[in-house]
Amino acid sequence: MSTTAPRLGAGRRARARIATGVMVALLLVAGVLTLCLGDFGLTPGDVAQVLLGGGERLDRFIVTEVRLPRLVLAVLVGAAFGLSGGLFQSVLRNPLASPDVIGVTSGASVAALAALLGGASPWIVSASAFGGALLVSGVIAALSTRGGHGISGYRFVLIGIAVALMGRAVLEWVLTRSDVRDASTALSWLVGSVGNSRWPEILVLAIAMAVLLPLVAASARPLGLLESGDELATGLGAPARRLRPLLLALAVALAAAATAAAGPMAFVALIAAPVARGVLRLGRPSLGATALVGALIVAWADIVAQHALPETIAVPAGIVTGAIGAAYLLWLLATGRDRERSR
Amino acid sequence: MRDVQDRTVRAERLSLGYRDRTIVESLDLELLAGGVTVIVGANGCGKSTLLKGLGRLLAPAGGAVTLDGRALTEVPARELARAIGVLPQQPIAPDGITVGDLIGRGRYPHQGLFRRWSAQDDAAVQEALRLTGTTELAERAVGELSGGQRQRVWIALALAQDADVMLLDEPTTFLDVAHQLEVLDLLLQLNREHGRTVVMVLHDLNLAARYADRLVVMHEGRIVAEGAPADVVTPETIELAFGLPSRVVADPVCGSPMVVPIGRFHGA
Repeated sequence: MSTTAPRLGAGRRARARIATGVMVALLLVAGVLTLCLGDFGLTPGDVAQVLLGGGERLDRFIVTEVRLPRLVLAVLVGAAFGLSGGLFQSVLRNPLASPDVIGVTSGASVAALAALLGGASPWIVSASAFGGALLVSGVIAALSTRGGHGISGYRFVLIGIAVALMGRAVLEWVLTRSDVRDASTALSWLVGSVGNSRWPEILVLAIAMAVLLPLVAASARPLGLLESGDELATGLGAPARRLRPLLLALAVALAAAATAAAGPMAFVALIAAPVARGVLRLGRPSLGATALVGALIVAWADIVAQHALPETIAVPAGIVTGAIGAAYLLWLLATGRDRERSR
Repeated sequence: MRDVQDRTVRAERLSLGYRDRTIVESLDLELLAGGVTVIVGANGCGKSTLLKGLGRLLAPAGGAVTLDGRALTEVPARELARAIGVLPQQPIAPDGITVGDLIGRGRYPHQGLFRRWSAQDDAAVQEALRLTGTTELAERAVGELSGGQRQRVWIALALAQDADVMLLDEPTTFLDVAHQLEVLDLLLQLNREHGRTVVMVLHDLNLAARYADRLVVMHEGRIVAEGAPADVVTPETIELAFGLPSRVVADPVCGSPMVVPIGRFHGA
């Protein structure tokens, strides 16, 4: 046996480690910028003092009550959406299968918005978002498995798109019937924003993720196998028929928790996994990198939305992620046929 | 590769089907441990369905498939994958994956939550590359390969899985005759030199008769003949299974029975 041969792809793995390091560094830079930039500018030194428990009262307030929640929420929401999208895309074997495209987030939005307008607590808002997302996923799953062929990615996506449009209609109905002032707050939430949240909402999301992430880590190991089809995966000891619903349920829960905390945040779920894969090029899905890319997208989108756009008032981060995502979607659809052919 | 165990795989009154359509009905079969079994039959006779059932890709509608006396449904998934490997007819290569990475996925059943990639996994992949002659392709994308190369890569994946019993559904489809022989020779080598039990569905009767230790002939979901090719391949069996008159002569190369079909315009 040729045990002396160098391990396959060692070079690529070294490269992937460097790429991961660069992404972590970029996230740290985003963190420093988010904490320092603003109408009330702080130096990194001021921020460090606050974080170490000191600093002036006003500095403390700005960091711990305004900017830190914003940063933490951006990172958590980005990671949750990224993971959710990555799970959906691998399990359904379709790059368009992400919770924002197939209506899972719009289901969560409708329910969360109804709860928000009713003045519910963060826990209730999260619970309704989860209920809405679950209901929508259940409907899509039921419709796409008709005929007993198991969950088919293609049908799932098409039916999901139709359900997303219906969700949109219900959303608009809820909005037009609500008070104008509520509706305008709701609108900023609906675009996806990390600016309105306070610690209680963030805590709910953090607890949800603390429960979900270990479950994802424990059950997502055969994710790459599912991409080779049910038969091959089952033959290799990853019973696809049992794993699919479990992984999809976890993905739905992640999307719901993130939506409840920050609104739908367009397209983060769609692009995080493919970007992570393109950066790492390991030939398999990497959920850690996917979460990292999701966090990077939202954190940097928020910085751009707040400080880099020629606006007098800050816009929600979701507008920036929406623009990035739409461009990616166009690229995906425009080049999709070439990639089909090269298979 | 590790030492192989001879495994007893048995179908007991096995019925298989999709929804309310039964394809294989109440079938009994014991696979030849340590040998090469080839399943043949006309299109739609249920041979692929039977292979899927034997490889737990299809749950029995009745009866059971057993591994050393235990029903497959009772055996934990990864343990089962170390005993029985299945290469489906048209597996999917994920976008942009390299040959080495794809073959590495065959190691999944040997890994665990806390036992990730090991030197043993690496050695198994290298060995699979070497045996299938794909070492030079290891860093290439699977999508760029020719049909013959790709088929060898899939067989390498099945090899890396290192299962005692290998089930293959038409491993020679889409291959020209030279590549067909190459793949079948490789499988025979795995059987003779490495002790794998090989079970495959083949379309070509003459190649089936040449490579099989035991031939299973199916017709309409049942086994109509089973045994050594010399005993099984007769004009009567071929007529029954394929509805085709033929003559059977000895293969000039190795003496195995060779079916020479008689069409409407030729022969007496």
